[in-house]
Amino acid sequence: MTADVNSWRGVAAEKAEEVSAGLAALLRERSRRLLGDLLRPYRRGVINTITLIVVESLAALAGPWLVGIAIDTGLPPLLHSGDASPLLGIAAAFAVAVAVQAVTTRLFVTMTGRIGQKVVLELRRRLFAHFLSLDVAFHEDYTSGRVISRQTSDLEAISDLFEEGLDSLIAAVLTLLLVGTGMMLLDWKLGLVVLAGFIPLIWLTAWFRRESGGAYRRTRETVALVIVHFVETFGGIRAVQAFRREKRNAEIFSGLGQDYAEANTRAGRLIAIYGPSISLVGNIITGVVLGYGGLLAIEGDLKVGVLTTFLLYLQRFFDPLQDVSQFYNIFQSAASGLEKISGVLEQDAGVPEPSDPRELPALNRAGGTGEVVLPGASTAGIAGRRVRFESVTFGYRDNLVLPALDLDIPPGQTVALVGETGAGKTTIARLLGRFYDPRSGRVTLDGIDLRQLPDPVLRSEIIVITQENFLFDGSVVDNIRLGRPDATASEVEAAARMIGAHDFIAALPEGYDTPVGKHGGRLSAGQRQLISFARAFLAAPAVLVLDEATSLLDIPGERLVQRALRTVLAGRTAVIIAHRLSTVAIADRVLVLHRGRITEDGPPGELMSGDGEYAALHASWAASLA
Amino acid sequence: MPSVTPSLVTHAFARVRPVGALWRLRGYLKPFRTQMAIMFAAALGAVAAEIAVPLLIKSVIDGAIRQGNKQLLIPLALAAVGLGAAVGLLNMTRRWIQAAAVADIEKAIRDDLYAHLQRLQASFHDDWQSGQLLSRATTDLSSIRRFAGFGLIFLVTNVMTFVAVVALLISLNWWLGLVTAVVFTPVLPVCVRFEKRYRVLSRRVQDQQGDLATLIEEAATGVRVLKSLGRGREAAARHDAQAAEVCRTQVEKAGLLGSFWALLDLIPNAVIGLIIVLGAVAVSMHSLTLGGLVAFITLALQLVWPVEAMGYIIASGQEASTAAQRVLEIFDTQPQITDKEHKPDPAERSGLRAIGPATRGHLVFDHVAFSYPGAAEPVLRDIVLDLPPGQTVVLTGATGSGKSTLLQLVPRLADATAGSVRLDGEDVRDIPLGRLRTAVGCAFEDATLFSASVRENVMFGAPDADEDAVEAALTAAQARFAYDLPWGLDTRIGEQGMALSGGQRQRIALARAILAGPDVLILDDPLSALDVHTEERVTRALHQILAGSTALVVAHRPSTVALADTVALLSGGVIAARGSHRQLLASNPEYAALMDVEDLEASA
Repeated sequence: MTADVNSWRGVAAEKAEEVSAGLAALLRERSRRLLGDLLRPYRRGVINTITLIVVESLAALAGPWLVGIAIDTGLPPLLHSGDASPLLGIAAAFAVAVAVQAVTTRLFVTMTGRIGQKVVLELRRRLFAHFLSLDVAFHEDYTSGRVISRQTSDLEAISDLFEEGLDSLIAAVLTLLLVGTGMMLLDWKLGLVVLAGFIPLIWLTAWFRRESGGAYRRTRETVALVIVHFVETFGGIRAVQAFRREKRNAEIFSGLGQDYAEANTRAGRLIAIYGPSISLVGNIITGVVLGYGGLLAIEGDLKVGVLTTFLLYLQRFFDPLQDVSQFYNIFQSAASGLEKISGVLEQDAGVPEPSDPRELPALNRAGGTGEVVLPGASTAGIAGRRVRFESVTFGYRDNLVLPALDLDIPPGQTVALVGETGAGKTTIARLLGRFYDPRSGRVTLDGIDLRQLPDPVLRSEIIVITQENFLFDGSVVDNIRLGRPDATASEVEAAARMIGAHDFIAALPEGYDTPVGKHGGRLSAGQRQLISFARAFLAAPAVLVLDEATSLLDIPGERLVQRALRTVLAGRTAVIIAHRLSTVAIADRVLVLHRGRITEDGPPGELMSGDGEYAALHASWAASLA
Repeated sequence: MPSVTPSLVTHAFARVRPVGALWRLRGYLKPFRTQMAIMFAAALGAVAAEIAVPLLIKSVIDGAIRQGNKQLLIPLALAAVGLGAAVGLLNMTRRWIQAAAVADIEKAIRDDLYAHLQRLQASFHDDWQSGQLLSRATTDLSSIRRFAGFGLIFLVTNVMTFVAVVALLISLNWWLGLVTAVVFTPVLPVCVRFEKRYRVLSRRVQDQQGDLATLIEEAATGVRVLKSLGRGREAAARHDAQAAEVCRTQVEKAGLLGSFWALLDLIPNAVIGLIIVLGAVAVSMHSLTLGGLVAFITLALQLVWPVEAMGYIIASGQEASTAAQRVLEIFDTQPQITDKEHKPDPAERSGLRAIGPATRGHLVFDHVAFSYPGAAEPVLRDIVLDLPPGQTVVLTGATGSGKSTLLQLVPRLADATAGSVRLDGEDVRDIPLGRLRTAVGCAFEDATLFSASVRENVMFGAPDADEDAVEAALTAAQARFAYDLPWGLDTRIGEQGMALSGGQRQRIALARAILAGPDVLILDDPLSALDVHTEERVTRALHQILAGSTALVVAHRPSTVALADTVALLSGGVIAARGSHRQLLASNPEYAALMDVEDLEASA
């Protein structure tokens, strides 16, 4: 492909997915540590399986040995005196060896499978929990695609390794060791001939290892690009067809496919050389052993039975090396997967759980029972909490967003944040939801630093609703209930009525039990947003943060939400960010933000009649409606 | 190989049986006839050489060693070395050729599949999950590739090996040979049965892993929601339960594998044990020589692989057949939105742009109806709408009223079920797709960006545009921020590149539609994610651009309505009202409910 054909893809900061040489040793150490940690509970099981595989290998070796003995010492008595007993004795020993081999194989494969899968399960659990505990900043940087591939393809590679790779590696190494020893014991001269064959094999294996590392990596990289292009094309088929993109896409896809085919061909050809080369060396050695062994036999230095044993050993001696070549790909994928996973697991949460958690003062609710107050019920019982930003500074990398923010929101107050894109509105929402921690200063809830609140407490007190109205696969009721899993059906419905979502939900084919489809795809963006409102209200937090939460709603939808908010926010502390001033209307207080500083602060009516930025904004907005 | 696809498609309604499906794909093997022939020949040669080695062993033991004849030994040993080397070299040749051939076959099928999928209408893609299509383009094609490169050849050579080895065994000692063949036979059904059960379990693991992946994907993309609601524990519980399911099936699979490997060890070894005892008897009866016995054992061991592999090969064949069936399912789906007839379009080359834009782009909806297949009620019942050249009509209506559906009829992303959409007097279904879609430019609400450079994304519909044109389009769409990205317009955006905000994405998509320079612009709520300031600037710029072309714009906001020469209200499947924003606000209560923000404000 020429540079021109490739330039479509553009430039991006490629993440170092693959490990650089300098770091390799460290990372291997890290994955070893993780593996050791995962295997520790199964120490006895591991020892047992190793014992089993040793017994299995010995039993497998006994077979050809006994064949040799049968020929040399079992056959002559039968031929000369018709005495079959030595032969039958040997046959019995052979039967025992075969039985032992079968039983140990069965146990070994089953046990490695069980231990391996338990380890994979444990790794899955840890990884999933760890990803959830990592902060939003991490997720934004790492991207969901990588989070998913760590838990799918990487973990599946490790699972594959346990399933079909690990036992063949151990078996290969053991067979080489034991067969080599056995041959030296039987006849050292002939044994040396066989061992001489190892010199090219070691060289070949080192070559293959070196070359195939890059080759397999290339196949994985190229197929990933094929997949991305394929998925994107058909995910965006309307744009593709509307812009007559088919021909150009076909060229690009064919180019990517060509890269993948070439990578596959190269990887295939490496095996094409390595695999048959091993059997080539093995076959030549067999010929040499036949010739040299025949010579020794003619001179009476070697028995025919021993020669037979040698020939039988040679038939299986080189097979394991073939297996290693087959499984090298699996090893490599699993090793690189484990390296990446261990890296993620060692990642510290940027927003850690408190080491000395503190409790919030009890909310002064009317009922005084601490019961969660339902939306739709009397709101008199709800009390908000005081939110304070105390000299909070925050920035993303070298971009300082909040220089030093001081803000005090008394319980029950509804505050609207207004300002240009980049003024820091969303940052305030995210600090309040503890998606990030401040660089300096602190955010407090009723006087307690958010960093000292345990996550479950924090999440039940403060809820942030964004325009990212994510729904999970399941029914409408499942999704609303996410706000409070123990809510009854009538509580769910009350929450939906409250926000004005009940009518459209009731009109769905199965009402509240209607499946929403993948990512809520069966509902419109506005409907999804109403459901995410309903679930936040069901959770009944003391502090509600709306970050552009109504921007995707159409006007009737916004009207509904606006009306609902008046009731819902009564007595609750709320922070509202909206780029449309209509939403600001329900606020008690407006803050105009400019480059992370509060430039105006006051009730909306007061600011509107002034001559500040808010008044100007409001005037231009009113003009746009006309 | 575009020539292959039409012949596949002609079988559209024939019931496809699995093996038949594989047979229908044979056309893809044709270009590789020579390679396939060489691969077969090499495989057969290797098998023959391998079988010959035990016969040399027999000669060494019975001839050279027994008679103490060193002269005889040397040529025999050399022959063994030569045959052994030949086996290696022949296998090397076969696999070397195979590596490229199968990769190319897979690519050829995938390219055709991709091209065919691009031709299929948008509604097809709505019905199919992208994962389903992807697994056909990857997993299924890999199955077919494996069978073409491996299964097909060994299916033939393994049968021949079995026959040849058994024949040789019988020639060495007829009754021992027969006994060996008989004892080996049960291995075949055992393997086939195993492969069947193993496949069932593998499929189950795949399904369960798929379900698990869904949970993982949801948690990864919805992580902010999970975190802000504090529902991590519940999500983890669901994940762990599903992961435990996968683990259970995997352990079951390992158990099955263990039994199978044990059996595979047991049977050939038992055969050797039997041969030792019976062979010794044969030797004592002088119906077999000592060398013959050793040759017999080594030969019998050569039966292990062909028999064992048979189960795998049959399974691989079945898998490839099913895969072929699944792939053909797509090839057999006919594109519904196609050119009426294939005739060269003279307008494409000559002076399409020569006529002034003001005289082109007359868009008429003439009693258009549309209903989704299987839906009881039509979405659009009787749309009558006339857009004279250069006019901008803003279309509004409640959620679900069919606004987006109506827009899709213009570039024929869907076809009307009754009535017609006409562009400059011509039914859009009579206009070649290439010309129609050149004349119509679109931007949709969910700005579709691809993992490519900004430039590629903007030049999506105008591959020949120059830098100045790109800059003008970006400027008009208020998307000059693209120049400030780390690598400017070469910066990769989309899933695999820089993450852009919703508003930035919409502006890039808008620039794309503008750059295409269409006669008719179709904009589906293109400014929904912009903040007030940017929206105002974009609206102002759009005003100028829209002056030259006919435009149909869906809007939810009064601010976008400012673009309109007239506003049309879509309700109950018809255009219920048409007029200026002010007129409709005053005269139409439904419109007022949709577009009046006064009450939002007034209630302050």
